[in-house]
Amino acid sequence: MSQKFSLYNDLTVGQNIRFFWRYLWFKHEKDQRKNPGDPYGARSAICGQKTSGGLAFRMETTPGFCSVYGPHDVLDYAKDNSSSTQLIYHLQSSGHFTLNTVLSSEKEMEKGFKEGTTKLVVVIPEDFDSDLYNGQDITIQLITDGSDPNNANTLLQYATTMLNDFRQEQLQKESSPFQIQVESRMLYNPQLASAYTFIPGTIALILLIVCAMLTSLTIAREKELGTMEILLVSPLPPLLIILGKVTPYAVLAFLDAVLILLLGYFVFKVPVLGSVVLLLFCCLPYVLVGLSLGTLISTRSTSQQQAMMSSLMGLMMPSLILSGFLFPLSSMPRILQFIGQLIPTTYFIEILKGIMLRGVGLQFIYIEVLVLLGMVMILLAFT
Amino acid sequence: MAVIVAEHISKSYKDVPALTDISFAIENGELFGLIGPDSAGKSTLFRILTTLLLADHGQGYVAGHHIVDEYKEIRKKVGYMPGRFSLYQDLSVEENLSFFATIFGTTIKENYNLVRDIYVQLEPFKDRPAGKLSGGMKQKLALCCALIHKPEVLFLDEPTTGVDAVSRVEFWDMLKKLKEKGIAILVSTPYMDEATRCDRIALIQKGKILSIDSPQQMIAHFNKPLFAIKTRKIYQTLSVLRRADFTYSALPFGEYIHLTTTQPVVASEIKAYVADNGIALEAVLPIEASVEDIFLDLSKTLETQSL
Repeated sequence: MSQKFSLYNDLTVGQNIRFFWRYLWFKHEKDQRKNPGDPYGARSAICGQKTSGGLAFRMETTPGFCSVYGPHDVLDYAKDNSSSTQLIYHLQSSGHFTLNTVLSSEKEMEKGFKEGTTKLVVVIPEDFDSDLYNGQDITIQLITDGSDPNNANTLLQYATTMLNDFRQEQLQKESSPFQIQVESRMLYNPQLASAYTFIPGTIALILLIVCAMLTSLTIAREKELGTMEILLVSPLPPLLIILGKVTPYAVLAFLDAVLILLLGYFVFKVPVLGSVVLLLFCCLPYVLVGLSLGTLISTRSTSQQQAMMSSLMGLMMPSLILSGFLFPLSSMPRILQFIGQLIPTTYFIEILKGIMLRGVGLQFIYIEVLVLLGMVMILLAFT
Repeated sequence: MAVIVAEHISKSYKDVPALTDISFAIENGELFGLIGPDSAGKSTLFRILTTLLLADHGQGYVAGHHIVDEYKEIRKKVGYMPGRFSLYQDLSVEENLSFFATIFGTTIKENYNLVRDIYVQLEPFKDRPAGKLSGGMKQKLALCCALIHKPEVLFLDEPTTGVDAVSRVEFWDMLKKLKEKGIAILVSTPYMDEATRCDRIALIQKGKILSIDSPQQMIAHFNKPLFAIKTRKIYQTLSVLRRADFTYSALPFGEYIHLTTTQPVVASEIKAYVADNGIALEAVLPIEASVEDIFLDLSKTLETQSL
């Protein structure tokens, strides 16, 4: 028994006793094994099995990618044309695509992408109808939003399959053999560079780690060591104590964001098309969300370990998986999509991609910014 | 004027009562000891008076301010040293001290005269991280930090627990000096032998105050005959004595047995009685009660009352 109190602080008295009792029983069991024929051997073996289980994880793969929902625009140069209309209907018949708008010129195309309402644009050439009947090769252009390469790829594959389907169908009706060639273009990220998603995603995650996790850890640490008690008895108002704890991490988070942006720009050649000032300004609500989440966790937990587990399990994992950073949110089961909508990172990644890759201004992302600010309010009310 | 006043303070954690109806008043420049075993409710009382915890019932005033309504005023005027070592272990001695000076809006220089006597002992280690100090040094540093803003009231929760005997004596000498500077000190300790160093003490057991008085008065008022008995067979002697008619209580006290009797007896009677049961006693001496005897006596009375 050492001078320092060396039991498990977070176990109850009974749990501590049971723990050490079991530990001793293991030793007893070991000793007993050396002398076979002991009366307790069998029983202690069972006990050992029960306790040694520890943590076992079973991960089951969720049946993902079951539905891709892609709102799409059609840029129909062959207007009021029966076969192009047929093609548009055909695309919608699968249920995977819904028609957004029929565009009249290429200029209108980008608006939908910037607003985030359009995921795919189908460009049908002017002489689609006549080519179809004359059996000439047709080139249909598919334009997707490359700032979300995962989603874009999936959409492209779906659309291509649908177009080939359409060709098969037409071939049965018409005798003229024709080919449909699909020409795809990734807007904003022509090479489909993964850095284009990873840089915004990393910024979002690192800001979350620094803000939420480190904040919750540092406050929980003060609690654990008892220093919080002395600070509370001092004339400092509690809010100031929390602010003092939190400010360095906010600054650190901003520095991190800038560092990643610089790295992204110079090393991975990820452009920042929009305004950098706006980008950093938009970090503010997200950092605030992170900090208030961190303080919320720390007020609920009594030890560093508890704070770490809850921020890891409750924040990092969902933010990684359900924010649309690694896997497209739109192809997930509805319930997971709903959870994804609750995660601040989802909105922040949207904002970052908007500003960095599509170069949009505040008018296109103000909804996301407002959602983040709303989250700050709710979280602060809770803490 | 009373600096710390507790009026009928009660507090329970869920169903377990921690404090029941605690009332006392501590005067200016008084060294008041809260003496009781572990889990008697001492720390809870400290946390209530230092505005960290709300009492279920009762009122309290510290330095003339109400503990709930004017907690902000109190926080400026008290120095609190929790039972657990609660300084920043990774900061050095000096850094800790200046940190606490800063959060109270003062500097080390301003109040150096108050902590000088203690700080000179720490000076050789001023660059050492607080976590690496010995137990006694840690407590001295914690006391410094609690004193640095010149508080009117000091709350010291078990400052001498886990500290060696020499450091404990030194620590109490320091408290005496501080008291002379007009600071009211409420100190708790589980060690009964430290009680005599306080001006007044409150004996506390299971959340109830058994008695409040100066230790000298308390000893003077103890009216049961008390004997110290030395024997080689402590266990057998105890069981023999406990069966005797004249025994009120017989308890082991180190290498002695302390015996209180219900009626006046003389040492030779006890010796003869035990000898009849086949045990030879080495010595039977009538003695004056210590605070520990009083405490044990009072808690025995409390138990018999509650039964």
